[in-house]
Amino acid sequence: MMQDIQPIRSHDALLRVENLVVEYAVGGKTIHAVSDVSLQVARGETLGLVGESGCGKSTLGRAVLQLRQAVSGRVLFDGQDLTAMRGDTLRRMRQRVQLIFQDPIASLNPRRRIGDIIAEPLVISGVKDPTRRQQLVCEVLSAVGLDPSLVIGRLPHEFSGGQCQRICIARALVLNPEFIICDEPVSALDVSIRAQILNLLEDMKARYGLTLLFIAHDLAVVKAVSDRVAVMYLGRLCEVGPSEQLFARPAHPYTALLIEAIPVPDPDVRPAESVPVGEPPSPIAPPSGCRFRTRCPRADQRCSDEVPELRPVAPEQFVACHHPLIAAG
Amino acid sequence: MTEPALLSVEDVSVDLPTPRGNLRAVDRVDLTIGAGRTLGIVGESGCGKTMLSRAILQLLPKKARLSGRVMFDGQDLVRLAPERLRRLRGRSLAVVFQDPMTSLNPVLTIGTQLIETLQEHLELDGNSAKRRSAELLAAVGIPAPEQRLLQYPHQLSGGMRQRVAIAIALSCEPKLLIADEPTTALDVTIQAQILDLLAREQRRRHMAMILITHDLGVVAGRTDEVAVMYAGRVVERAPTPALFKKMRMPYTEALLAAIPKIDAAPHTPLPAISGRPPDPTRPIQGCSFSPRCRYAAGPCYREKPLLAAAESPDHQYACFHPIKAPAGVCA
Repeated sequence: MMQDIQPIRSHDALLRVENLVVEYAVGGKTIHAVSDVSLQVARGETLGLVGESGCGKSTLGRAVLQLRQAVSGRVLFDGQDLTAMRGDTLRRMRQRVQLIFQDPIASLNPRRRIGDIIAEPLVISGVKDPTRRQQLVCEVLSAVGLDPSLVIGRLPHEFSGGQCQRICIARALVLNPEFIICDEPVSALDVSIRAQILNLLEDMKARYGLTLLFIAHDLAVVKAVSDRVAVMYLGRLCEVGPSEQLFARPAHPYTALLIEAIPVPDPDVRPAESVPVGEPPSPIAPPSGCRFRTRCPRADQRCSDEVPELRPVAPEQFVACHHPLIAAG
Repeated sequence: MTEPALLSVEDVSVDLPTPRGNLRAVDRVDLTIGAGRTLGIVGESGCGKTMLSRAILQLLPKKARLSGRVMFDGQDLVRLAPERLRRLRGRSLAVVFQDPMTSLNPVLTIGTQLIETLQEHLELDGNSAKRRSAELLAAVGIPAPEQRLLQYPHQLSGGMRQRVAIAIALSCEPKLLIADEPTTALDVTIQAQILDLLAREQRRRHMAMILITHDLGVVAGRTDEVAVMYAGRVVERAPTPALFKKMRMPYTEALLAAIPKIDAAPHTPLPAISGRPPDPTRPIQGCSFSPRCRYAAGPCYREKPLLAAAESPDHQYACFHPIKAPAGVCA
């Protein structure tokens, strides 16, 4: 059942995030967006990152690409520390790491033609020959299922959301990157189109040998594409583990809450009356100790005194909880 | 059903003039809903589900042309005088929209907006309206309601704002609540809470509800009946358990199959629906779903199938090649 999951030895990790802290200053206050997060993504793996809005998952994605300056911590890509890089070195490194955003229409310049939008990364990375650029653009457009001759000369508004997301994926692929950060790539799309795009991402991953960090709030979507899943809450990691195992036996009460809240398309499954868990507290003043304790049915004094460390509960499964749902084995 | 319907939508069409020609947003829709019942309307963006709800509420854009009848509580809303319509809306016919930030007035306090509705329809004096407002906020699960009344929408989270919008909608004890994608803008944990809140208040008040959503998962456990819309038409309609047990319309089946299942193994390819919905300004001659349908043949490309019942009177579908084998929920 878990034949896909290899234990991750540190030298296999294409991306390692170590004790990353990202904070924003807003009106004299500090938003603790990402607090001491460490994770790694093995070459060829898809790591899903889930959490509710405002939990810091997008900030984490951006901080990996150095689009957000970290307060402390390191981001190692293929062994090299991105947080220490500047200027040209960083720009060259970024060619190997690409980003796909949530809103495909807003992430395309409405006044530029599709051919130019996709060729832009090539221009920036120094592919000087226009014929070569044209050839690469056509290749990548065909790969994402669009007919280059019909698409290249047109403007973004002539395309639907699903097609725009295909164009965004083509733009991310054109430099032949090793790693793609997908930040909610299907949340803005309809059910029928969402499945097409998820299948396309899986195909592209196989075809281009990609490693993915897949950020989303929808657990079912994350499970469909991820080898491992990391659950984030209010800037901290709650739980990391192989997808199937995590969904079958969640160890963190928050993971269990998220799974329970998914509406099941089956009228025989009566929705469990939701636990009145309220809403996430503000990341400006996160609760002491375990940040989930204010919504957690299991919380006690220890949870407010002591920050739980991420520790193993099952093979490859790690949880940051003083009272996990499964006993450490 | 022998009891008279609270709402019956009869042969309603909505046409919108656009620079690219006429856009038929809603195409000859018939629907009924009895008092205290819940109807789910499911479909993707652009299928006409929101336009249909606007047609019921008589809140269509000015340029839109509406034909047909909307009978609510014995009156045809389409032909009702504007003043009587205004008194009906907010009183016995209420609505909750998708985005609570834009449906609340950003420059008025929560209290002002609630009290305004109550005084408009119920002739309450200031103090009782205020007291009633606080009760309503408490009923929808907002802590410290008295203080909240003094706050502005931007001071509340998305989930809290949607609770306020629901409190306003419920304030005058409506007979019918139309909830148009009430949880689409919210996180999954908040979504569950809001759907529970709506279900609880609906039962308590014996209120009818139309729940509009793109998510079959949302309607499965929370509606009595479901209507699936595609390209402006209702293509399948049945009591919720019957629909999920024996879906007949290939679109419904495909829509359900395309949802990632939580119990499926990772990297299972999803049965996606190829292509995309038709351009509503360029109507298709045959069945609107035929270009994307794997069962389409012969008459599907020439004629529009009509919504009709076959084996049981309350399960209707518009298809020449309905799915025969009980597909069920395993799709």
